Amino acid sequence: MEPIKTITSRAISLPLDDIDTDQIIPARFLKVTDKAGLAANLFSDWRYNADGSPKPEFLLNQPDAQGAHILFTGNNFGCGSSREHAPWALTGFGFNAVVALSFGDIFRNNSLKNGLLPIQVDGATHQRLKDLLDEIPRAEWTIDLEAQTLKTPDGESVHFEIDAFSKTCLVQGNDELGYLMSFADQVKEYEVSHHKGVTI
Amino acid sequence: MGSPLTLFQKVWNEHLVTQQPGAPAILFIDLHLVHEVTSPQAFTSLRSRGLIVRRPDRTIATVDHGVPTLPSKDGTVEGRLAWADDLSRKQIAQLEDNAKTYGIRAYGPASSNNGIVHVIAPELGFTQPGMTIVCGDSHTSTHGAFGALAFGIGTSEVEHVLASQCLLQHKPKTMEVRIDGKLSKGVTAKDIILALIAKIGVGGGIGYVLEYCGSAIRALSMEERMTICNMSIEAGARAGMIAPDKVTYDYIKGREYAPKGADWDKSLAYWKSLPTDVGAVYDHSVTLDASSLEPMVTFGTNPGMGIPVSGKIPTTAAFNDENQKAGLEKSLAYMGLEAGSSLLGHPINVVFIGSCTNGRLSDLREAASIMRGRKVAPGVRTLVVPGSQQVKRQAEAEGLDQVFKAAGAEWREAGCSMCIAMNGDQIAPGEYAVSTSNRNFEGRQGKGGRTFLASPLTAAAVAVTGCVTDVRTMFES
Repeated sequence: MEPIKTITSRAISLPLDDIDTDQIIPARFLKVTDKAGLAANLFSDWRYNADGSPKPEFLLNQPDAQGAHILFTGNNFGCGSSREHAPWALTGFGFNAVVALSFGDIFRNNSLKNGLLPIQVDGATHQRLKDLLDEIPRAEWTIDLEAQTLKTPDGESVHFEIDAFSKTCLVQGNDELGYLMSFADQVKEYEVSHHKGVTI
Repeated sequence: MGSPLTLFQKVWNEHLVTQQPGAPAILFIDLHLVHEVTSPQAFTSLRSRGLIVRRPDRTIATVDHGVPTLPSKDGTVEGRLAWADDLSRKQIAQLEDNAKTYGIRAYGPASSNNGIVHVIAPELGFTQPGMTIVCGDSHTSTHGAFGALAFGIGTSEVEHVLASQCLLQHKPKTMEVRIDGKLSKGVTAKDIILALIAKIGVGGGIGYVLEYCGSAIRALSMEERMTICNMSIEAGARAGMIAPDKVTYDYIKGREYAPKGADWDKSLAYWKSLPTDVGAVYDHSVTLDASSLEPMVTFGTNPGMGIPVSGKIPTTAAFNDENQKAGLEKSLAYMGLEAGSSLLGHPINVVFIGSCTNGRLSDLREAASIMRGRKVAPGVRTLVVPGSQQVKRQAEAEGLDQVFKAAGAEWREAGCSMCIAMNGDQIAPGEYAVSTSNRNFEGRQGKGGRTFLASPLTAAAVAVTGCVTDVRTMFES
């Protein structure tokens, strides 16, 4: 995983609530055995006509969405299925951060393991960011992960929360499995001392 | 005596390997369920790191999402897989290869116990109270019906569990969901959970493990409890749990992988220690009155957009929030429905009875009770898909398959089928389906398809009438 320290990018706005992972990447594109190529089908059913041609009005088909690293959206983003194909498709397209009112739990976990920073903001901040993007669409934002701030062009800075462990993993580009494997001895001890009652 | 604990806290504490300062807890996983769609990349990564599966004895594999449900072309397994496309065949083959390489017990397409992962693990006796259970599938919450802590994980976490038998977890909060009262005839577990999600919303459970309790929950069978816990994720919850009781123990006893002899006694003692202590504190509580519920049906594009079958679709006036108004309008535009209108009598093209939510024997019995002696309405395509091969055999032994076939429904092989529409079973753009599955998201059952979620009783009634129907009008007096 590439380390993330700062992200400076146009923010693009899809301010809907409850965008589920079936919209992010429909199930018919999950018949893969690797992680590559999913970006082409990101938001497929909103992005393409029945004949496969792009819908010009859809956000991701607009020229200035190309190369954007920050997606701004509503409540409960990434609800539904556990498919990690959703963050794979989003990062494949170029996104490194999603700013939302809240996230589906599994999506948030999956994002953190793939260099996709889920930034949760409160209602008042969300409204202000939304108004700013309405005023200046595609405004450039700067996210400083180490400082846990999101800076907007009006000079304002928003603080966001992230747990210390996830932050360290993202900033250093560590994956969590290495950490987990370093506790092999404790796991062994646990296995010996627990679950006498549980059999399968 | 320590302080009183909830069911969740007890299972969490029992599985805590370590909790380092500033880091998430390391939780031991008792049972890891694996299927063909979310595991290939995990095994590939495991291999590339030179790691092995730490506890193949605690790992169970099946294929369900992509398997065809059409009958075999020639009676052989190959003849069944011949209906699958190349991509699904590759995923199925890769799962079987990985299981073989790492010594994992697998219920492949040739197994007489093949089926949907959340149907087979309970029916084979793998799912037990007080366990931690994970799977790369959000409906893993199903197993919480036994008093297990069970939740869906992503593919990276599948690899973590394969390699370490552990997961890094931030401790969730707890929500008591108290459901008291007696259900009226025609109202089922599916209606309870659809009503709850309509009440708390699809994001209402984010960050929580729900514990369902109260007299209405105690009165449910294990299969009904699984239906409730299955859809906990549709409220955004990390997991849903129900304390084990005699209903739970009676269900487990004698199953193939259930503990036997002295192990049974030891397990039972542990299980009986699990229910929430008197005085234990939840972070949040909600209540629902079961006696006031009607059969539910969804009208929109998330499972929280549900109404009593006799009710009306809300208008934007019901919401203060601009985003919620916009969400309702977008949903109704997709669904081709009018705000403020009734769903009763709305014509339907397809009925799907099956899935990990409602593909168990009791669900098929309920559907058959309505379809017995009746015919599927002209022009309605009805698929009945058992959740497992075992469910299929049991249903056939009772003659339920004959009831469905005589009515004009299709009786299929086991699998996820039209719930996720990955195996060729799908609805066409613009078509309306009434489905006993768990998600009515845009395109979930086929691109452009429109889904109304409902119970097996309601779905069977719709199959017969061809339109959204109140099943209570169809009971013989």
